[in-house]
Amino acid sequence: MKLSEVKDILEAEVIVGDDILDLEVKTAFGADLMSDVLAFAKAGSLLLTGLTNTQVIRTANVLDIAAIILVRGKKPSSETIALARELKIPILATKYILFETVGRLYMKGIVGCLPKVENTSGRN
Amino acid sequence: MGETNQNLYSGSFNIEGGNFNSAGIVSTNIKSILKKLGIPSDIVRKAAIVSYEAEINVVSYAKKAIVNLMVNPGVVHIEVIDEGPGIPNIDLAMQEGYSTADQKIREMGFGAGMGLCNIKNYSDDFHITSEVGKGTHLKMTIQTP
Repeated sequence: MKLSEVKDILEAEVIVGDDILDLEVKTAFGADLMSDVLAFAKAGSLLLTGLTNTQVIRTANVLDIAAIILVRGKKPSSETIALARELKIPILATKYILFETVGRLYMKGIVGCLPKVENTSGRN
Repeated sequence: MGETNQNLYSGSFNIEGGNFNSAGIVSTNIKSILKKLGIPSDIVRKAAIVSYEAEINVVSYAKKAIVNLMVNPGVVHIEVIDEGPGIPNIDLAMQEGYSTADQKIREMGFGAGMGLCNIKNYSDDFHITSEVGKGTHLKMTIQTP
């Protein structure tokens, strides 16, 4: 699915990355705990989160996350936006809560970047 | 996998404790250095994750730290040496879920007691030593094909 379709499904506002909406995404990971994102999220996935500080962008950059979806109507700080622009990481903001965001994307074919965590201490 | 003496990269970076906005700058640097060296992206990702979690720890708890990055054929070494309070009980600190993080750290999306576990799990070899009142020394090795 293209990022532009993600935008339409979530009625999202594109805060950063208007020029890269033809990016293809297939998987997603949702969490507010960045250590969990670092432990489990896979490169090329969407990151669904309610956290809006610069560490979300740093985490996405470290993992080669395709794009960040901010849920629950959260708006990023100006520092977060500036860093996302610098590191070329798209940010979309949706008013849907995390549960709704996940459900709407899942119905259209986006799946989790891993189905379950079998062994928390053998995560890679 | 054979490690030879030929050095592909050697460099050091500083981290300032308490500077939450700067957390992640060093790992972003390390990531781009390794990419430029042509290291495979899954290895670059591992190195970026371990250095990022270590940075978060330094910013959260220590006064300052130096990060040494050394790349040799077959292996990436990352060393983080901080000046700080140290860790009284390393076994406890290594336990998933154990944390002494304050609200500020938690607001950043960290402090759930996973940092050191993530570092260990993404390293092929991991060593930690710490002296209370002096600081903590992390040594991570990641093998490259």
